[in-house]
Amino acid sequence: MIRNRLPACAGLGFKPEHFDAIRQGGKTPGFFEVHAENYMGDGGMPHAMLGHLRQDHALSIHGVGLSIGGMRDLDRAHLDRLKRLCDRYEPESFSEHLAWSSHDCTFFNDLLPLPYTDETLARVAEHIDAVQTHLGRRLLLENPATYLIFRESTWDETDFLAEIVRRTGCGLLLDVNNVFVACANHGMDPRAYLEAFPLHAVGEIHLGGHSEREDEDGSQILIDSHDAPVIDPVWALYAETIERIGPVATLIEWDNDVPDWPVLLEEALKADRLLARALPAAAE
Amino acid sequence: MIAMTTEVQTRFAYALLDPLAGTPDNLATASGQGPGRRFEVYRNNVRSGLTGALASRFPAAVRITGEAFFRAMALEYALKHPPTSPLLLGYGSDFPDFVETFEPAAGLPYLADVLRVDGMRSHAYHAADHGVLLPAELATIPAEEVGSLKFALHPSLGVLRSRFPALTIWAMNSGEKALALITDWQGEDVLVIRPHLDLRVLALPPGGAVFLQVLGAGGTLAEAAEAAFADHPDFNLERNLGGALMNGVFAGLNKGA
Repeated sequence: MIRNRLPACAGLGFKPEHFDAIRQGGKTPGFFEVHAENYMGDGGMPHAMLGHLRQDHALSIHGVGLSIGGMRDLDRAHLDRLKRLCDRYEPESFSEHLAWSSHDCTFFNDLLPLPYTDETLARVAEHIDAVQTHLGRRLLLENPATYLIFRESTWDETDFLAEIVRRTGCGLLLDVNNVFVACANHGMDPRAYLEAFPLHAVGEIHLGGHSEREDEDGSQILIDSHDAPVIDPVWALYAETIERIGPVATLIEWDNDVPDWPVLLEEALKADRLLARALPAAAE
Repeated sequence: MIAMTTEVQTRFAYALLDPLAGTPDNLATASGQGPGRRFEVYRNNVRSGLTGALASRFPAAVRITGEAFFRAMALEYALKHPPTSPLLLGYGSDFPDFVETFEPAAGLPYLADVLRVDGMRSHAYHAADHGVLLPAELATIPAEEVGSLKFALHPSLGVLRSRFPALTIWAMNSGEKALALITDWQGEDVLVIRPHLDLRVLALPPGGAVFLQVLGAGGTLAEAAEAAFADHPDFNLERNLGGALMNGVFAGLNKGA
């Protein structure tokens, strides 16, 4: 089983429009992350660019379409495509989401929420076992940004994740922005959430920007939109977290209204500065 | 044992795509207010995710119709034909056919063909890498065997015969050509090809589309030339063969067939 071995520094999501800027030889982040599904074409520029980046950067492959939280069987063809992609690029990390996106032959292209019950726990664990066995890699599972709760749920999300880790040996991708968004949406304290989170299993952190929409009563719903800079309260939660667990690979997610390369790079440098400050704690 | 949550997901999924479906009654919010707005977030995400996938595959069509019209048209398509695979790179291959009969777009009869050019371009962008047949290889073939030659076409190849100036309209709406009045309104045949990493969208000369279509169907060079002449008296074999070689249309000679 290949384990996660991303360097404990800041990384950036790779956008093709930044390829030329990256190639010019200036400063680059410690790793790049790509969405697996964007590199499942047969050939052409996407693979040429990724192959080029791969030569001198660590790589994280992040799946958004496997539907691990779906009750239906995993899509074997998709699992095979992931296997081919991982075998070709040998990424330092592979991650996916605690969510579902396919049901009865329809792909919804969104990360949809699931109730947390004994039944879904058993099914998700079964799916993660199947993925890890098929890929020969340990998977990092990402905590979701959610907007609703299910009346059926009998588990807290953090306990649910801890039990998944215990049963499957998978690692976790802690998305701090998702914690902030979901806690705001569900009237919870993000610090209490992180207190209960199985931090020992965290192999990567995601940071991103979010937006707001109005709820029925005029209050705000936070939307995980990846279209803005990381806000200060999220940076603060992040800094507290890495002070506790030490430096860990940290990705800045900015997927919509993508800024110019220098702006993105500056976000990564900000994370790197916080990671450097967390070093003494880790050495203890 | 799996049944209960499968049912939960079926109801959730159904309500995402059905415009008339209400919010499933097993959903709640922590604050106790109605879950409608919250469910609407997922609905919007799904809808903008699917129509966004189509908008990024068919950018020239977005330029022509404007974002709002395109998104509305794409949503009608997506609700009727949601993707069946998480691989969205090829999603919407029959979207041009849908647009052809989409009543509100009837005033833009050329729109479907512009979508087809966008679609061929997207196909070529992601197509398998393959070397191209070099003219020198062809030069080694004895003259008497040339007519019976068959070719393997490049995996990125796309050919379109349009009743409209689809290439000109596409080029004017993809930044390749300045917008201008089209005075010579005629059908155009389009070639999309990607030798190595160089994606090209080109006009085919008279008879060129039929020529490539026959070769693509496994016909010999002589059969393709004959069909192309029959299609258009101005067909020029030398010009078409030279153009095909220069643009990497041939992946190689098909010796086995």
